[in-house]
Amino acid sequence: MTQFFAAVDLFGPYEFQFFRNGVIVATLAGALCGLVGCYVVLRNMSYIGHGLSHAIFGGYAVAGLVGVNLFLGAGTWGVVTALAIGGIVRRRPIGSDAAIGVVTTASFALGIAVVQKYGSPGKNADALLFGNILGVNAGDVWLVAGVSLTAVALVAFGYRPLLFTTFDEEVAEASGVNTTLVEVLLMIVLAATVLATMSVIGVTLIAATLVVPAVVARMLTDSFSTMLLIATAVGAVSGFVGMNLSFHLDLPSGSTIVLVATAMFLAAFVLGNRVHLAGKLGK
Amino acid sequence: MNTPSSLMNRRTLTPAGEALIEARSLSVAFATGPNVLDDINLTVERGDLIGIVGPSGSGKSTLLRVLLGSLKPSHGTVARSRGMTIGFVPQVERIDWNFPVTVSECVGMARSRGWKTPWITKNERVEILDVLERLGLHGLADRHIRDLSGGQQQRVFLARALFTGAETIFLDEPTSGLDVKTRHEVLHLLADLNAEGVTVVLSTHDLNGIAAHLPIVVCLNTRILGAGSPERVLTPSILEQTYGSPMKILEHAGMRVVVDAGYNSSVDNPALTTVPSAKRVSGL
Repeated sequence: MTQFFAAVDLFGPYEFQFFRNGVIVATLAGALCGLVGCYVVLRNMSYIGHGLSHAIFGGYAVAGLVGVNLFLGAGTWGVVTALAIGGIVRRRPIGSDAAIGVVTTASFALGIAVVQKYGSPGKNADALLFGNILGVNAGDVWLVAGVSLTAVALVAFGYRPLLFTTFDEEVAEASGVNTTLVEVLLMIVLAATVLATMSVIGVTLIAATLVVPAVVARMLTDSFSTMLLIATAVGAVSGFVGMNLSFHLDLPSGSTIVLVATAMFLAAFVLGNRVHLAGKLGK
Repeated sequence: MNTPSSLMNRRTLTPAGEALIEARSLSVAFATGPNVLDDINLTVERGDLIGIVGPSGSGKSTLLRVLLGSLKPSHGTVARSRGMTIGFVPQVERIDWNFPVTVSECVGMARSRGWKTPWITKNERVEILDVLERLGLHGLADRHIRDLSGGQQQRVFLARALFTGAETIFLDEPTSGLDVKTRHEVLHLLADLNAEGVTVVLSTHDLNGIAAHLPIVVCLNTRILGAGSPERVLTPSILEQTYGSPMKILEHAGMRVVVDAGYNSSVDNPALTTVPSAKRVSGL
């Protein structure tokens, strides 16, 4: 290991602007996904990241077809899709997994059909599918930073209603919490998270960045507040370390980030009982 | 027999109080199915301690949800006193015990209306510890909810309801799955809270262990088949209508004990169906 670090120039890639942007975006995206992912996992909607990213691809294709700004169109499509999933789950006796499966795959199928028929609306279609973290620009940095700040603000200002609604929606509603508003805000932030990180991580890998940090955190603590902190940290670390490793090992950045997170999952799985934090960090 | 219409007059049985919730001609149906609740008229007054009894599928939980406001009736009205807050203790079977939440977090989430700090403030922490101590949960604030006994878990959710500052608490099957001793502890706790002015409405399928010791019992099977004191309501006629099975009422050690008339051995030996510690709550 010492030889490895001696052989590589750890700070060399930071000479390049694209790499600095990439590291910032990967770290922020990891933290953002870790934070939002806690709510996703605890609401038993782990598949929604995967589904939403596919659904947004449909919105991207349709937006290109009708001549709307691709980012705006895909974002609006993602929010509507997320709300549709929540609405179906609330109004019909259908599990969230089934609702996600129906809505998002339909949207993805629509996107594929549109792209096949009318062509890709832009050269970034492949980047959306597989991620292109090395091609991120300053705009991507600001976008991810803005969505991250929004997510942190939502969690800070709506911490208790979010927790109550996630834990027990019916009782929360009976206790005066506007659960519909909570749901809408959460879905908007989730869709924005997927949209902002999709071009970095890619449609095919984004589910892992939402789910794995939250699962790692859940194995390490029984406290909700501590879980939020750990998941955010795990996401940020996996983004930062994964981005650096991808450069030095010459591997795709998205998959390296996910593999680092997976390594942390394995470590937590093996050591979970020994390092169980039991809510101590949140006090 | 107490009919739905005579329910309106049941106030003669209890001290008059301010009406907190009034349900009128209430019916509930899901999709195209038959009515789950039909023509329900019920008034909950301040200071009441009411038990809703009935077999599985009789609409007990649905009635609680409608009175609570989390479910809209298909027909009829529910009027709630302006500004009143209701704490709800759900069935423990509905709780996700793997959810990462400590006892203090669980109680603290109850104060979610309006602007609140994400963290539990020092004052709130003191209040939470007070509520927990009052309910016999001292020293458990930082434990995960799964790591408690059944009775303690029930009391955590009661603490959450109290922490909202609610003056009325609804409990859905609060003694489900509890042993006899814990069941009576919960019953005594509810009686104590009621004595302190908290209005309590609970559903239960436990006739002898719970319902028989409450001041007001409502027999429900889609419709209200009887309401009033246990002496007036827990009669063979009303119980047979409610449960669809013949039942007998035995007097044992000054207590009324309901037994299934089909089990002759129980009828012959009332001690077999008597709750040993039932006398402890005779003061209810």
